[in-house]
Amino acid sequence: MDLSMLWYLVPSVVMFACGIYGFVTRKNLIAILISLELMLNSADLNFVVFNRFLFPGSMDGMVFTLFAIAIAAAETAIAIAIIINIYRSIGNTDVTEINKMKF
Amino acid sequence: MDITLPILILAIPITMFLVLGIGGVKMSHKLAGILGILGMGTTAVLAYIVAFTYFFSGDANFILDGVRQQYQVFDVTWLAFTQTLVVNIGFLLDPISAMMLVVITTISFMVHLYSWGYMEGEPGFQRYYAFLSLFSFSMLGLVVATNIFQMYIFWELVGVSSYLLIGFFYKLPSAVSASKKAFIVTRFADLGFLIGILLLSFYTDTFNFVDMTTNPEGVLASTGGATFMGASVLTWAMVLIFTGGMGKSAMMPLHIWLPDAMEGPTPVSALIHAATMVVAGVYLVARMFPVYCVVDAAMTFICVIGAITAFYAAVVACAQIDIKRILAFSTISQIAFMMVSLGVAYDKPIEGVHYSGLGYMAGMFHLFTHAMFKALLFLGAGALIHAVHSNNYTSMGGLRKYMPITHVTFLIGCLAIAGIWPFAGFFSKDEMLAAMFARHWFWGAWMTMVAGLTAFYMFRMYFLVFWWEENPHYKEHKPHDAPWQMSLPLIFLGAVSIVAGFIPFGELVTWNGEPYHIHIEAPVAATSLVVAVCAIALAAAMYMKKNALPTKVKNMCPALWTAAHRRFYWDEIYMFITHRIIFDIICKGIAWFDRHIIDATMDAFAKITQKTSYAIRGMQSGEIQSYVGWYIAGAVAVAAITWLCLI
Repeated sequence: MDLSMLWYLVPSVVMFACGIYGFVTRKNLIAILISLELMLNSADLNFVVFNRFLFPGSMDGMVFTLFAIAIAAAETAIAIAIIINIYRSIGNTDVTEINKMKF
Repeated sequence: MDITLPILILAIPITMFLVLGIGGVKMSHKLAGILGILGMGTTAVLAYIVAFTYFFSGDANFILDGVRQQYQVFDVTWLAFTQTLVVNIGFLLDPISAMMLVVITTISFMVHLYSWGYMEGEPGFQRYYAFLSLFSFSMLGLVVATNIFQMYIFWELVGVSSYLLIGFFYKLPSAVSASKKAFIVTRFADLGFLIGILLLSFYTDTFNFVDMTTNPEGVLASTGGATFMGASVLTWAMVLIFTGGMGKSAMMPLHIWLPDAMEGPTPVSALIHAATMVVAGVYLVARMFPVYCVVDAAMTFICVIGAITAFYAAVVACAQIDIKRILAFSTISQIAFMMVSLGVAYDKPIEGVHYSGLGYMAGMFHLFTHAMFKALLFLGAGALIHAVHSNNYTSMGGLRKYMPITHVTFLIGCLAIAGIWPFAGFFSKDEMLAAMFARHWFWGAWMTMVAGLTAFYMFRMYFLVFWWEENPHYKEHKPHDAPWQMSLPLIFLGAVSIVAGFIPFGELVTWNGEPYHIHIEAPVAATSLVVAVCAIALAAAMYMKKNALPTKVKNMCPALWTAAHRRFYWDEIYMFITHRIIFDIICKGIAWFDRHIIDATMDAFAKITQKTSYAIRGMQSGEIQSYVGWYIAGAVAVAAITWLCLI
């Protein structure tokens, strides 16, 4: 059986939806960060898939994905550093309590 | 003519103003005074050289076939707004500007000298000299203006100098309000002047005096017979320009500032409010004279305003106590005299006799002689005030024994203004009256009556100050003649007032430059002389020795006396109009509109913005998950719309 593009895109959509769901419903900042990574990975997957099926001659999507993974790693490091600092100052990582940046 | 001298005439006073104004605080009073006097003295000498060159050199630029020419020494473009709207700055030499150069620099120099004694030890002495220099500069610039716009600029500058000098004693509330009053009233009049200038130049496409005055018919033709509210546009323009002159020259109903302007130092009154600045209006009419000649209505307007003002001011002067105010009203009256004289002067033969501008020559002659003897009278009044420390004649009386120099010079001034032969005023007044009689007997008779009143009130003041009875205060504080710096100008101006009448003025200054041979009109001269002598005799009978007659006369009609003393309530009328009508009714309505319509609209905008912001600020909750929720909702909405659009 030949795998069509749909076989890759559907899991990607599921991953993205799970990410959104997790981002909106979780209260723990770490869980939110994980959800974020899920969404990011689904986007990376899309890049690769579209590159593979639509523009088989080029490598742009692949290279872009490699960069995105690297940047996502760096970003995660920063996010965790922020979360640790928040934990140190307010004693927990409940996102509903972090609402000082408002009007 | 080389342009160095004319430039220097203007440059020295303005440099003095800058030097004394900026560096004055570092100078001693003496140095500032000497600098000011030397600067003005040099200017006077240069002005004399220029004027004498103009009148007597016989250069073809100045006099051609016996006709004096208008000569622009220089005329450079200063501001070019468009192709046609160009403002020049220049130096125009013609009979009247040369004459005014002499008058201004002479009086200004005398006043500079006199002030050295009069203002001695006053705080702000350097500032005073700086302002005097500024005034001299502005006035000189005004008279030599080549175009009406330059004149307007300097016209405003003299207004500012006048404001600064009236308010020189800025700690006195009365001086401050007087300076404000002078500035506002003249500024109001200058609005008319400006509109007049714009109207005129709109049709003629030029500001230049020479262009306009050499071709008045062209000016008339350029308006193309346009009319506005029943009068031709040119009439409106000329009347509006005259309005500016009315403000500066204190014609009714804009005369109210001049009596109050006497709050300034007395030498300033002599220079600005008697001899030079207040005749700027007369000078303006004389400058535009050929154009006025083709506008009969404007000429009649000038005549009527002048005649009313002359009579009014003369009557009011009879009931004043403050000697400076008497002189102020006398100035108003005399300037009005000149105005009438210009107004009756026509470039048209009257009943076959070609009087072409006799009144013009006479008016200018009177301007010249009046400047001399009125400056003399004011400086004399300054000496009196200096001696008794009061402006009122009630503090004076019997001063002739204590102040002989002041007495003699003051008497000369009074005789000159009353028009007694051989003093200067006689000749000029005789010419003016001759011109008025030539036009219509009514003007002549009316102004002869004013001349009689003039003689009466001047000698009323003279007798009350120098005769009457001695003030008991003299025992404790003996009055004495002023120091030499003050006496010298008095003596000089007194001498000038005696001989100025013999100047062959008609040979020098006429409206078209052709010489006019002055000859005394015997009936007119005899009438005015008899009237003046009778008036002086009446004044002598009433005021020479202390008696009850003046009180009796006053009590015959106290209402009239009070009305005249209160200047026929003009100030009250102005207060009523400005406060009760303009402030209370018109301005209140405008203020209501401003507060409730304009401000309220702006407030409404602000309020709506604020309310909306409060209503929607809940979106900025600071909770990251709600932002995500909004974002997703938005993204879904955009996607939905895009999708709907695509299918």
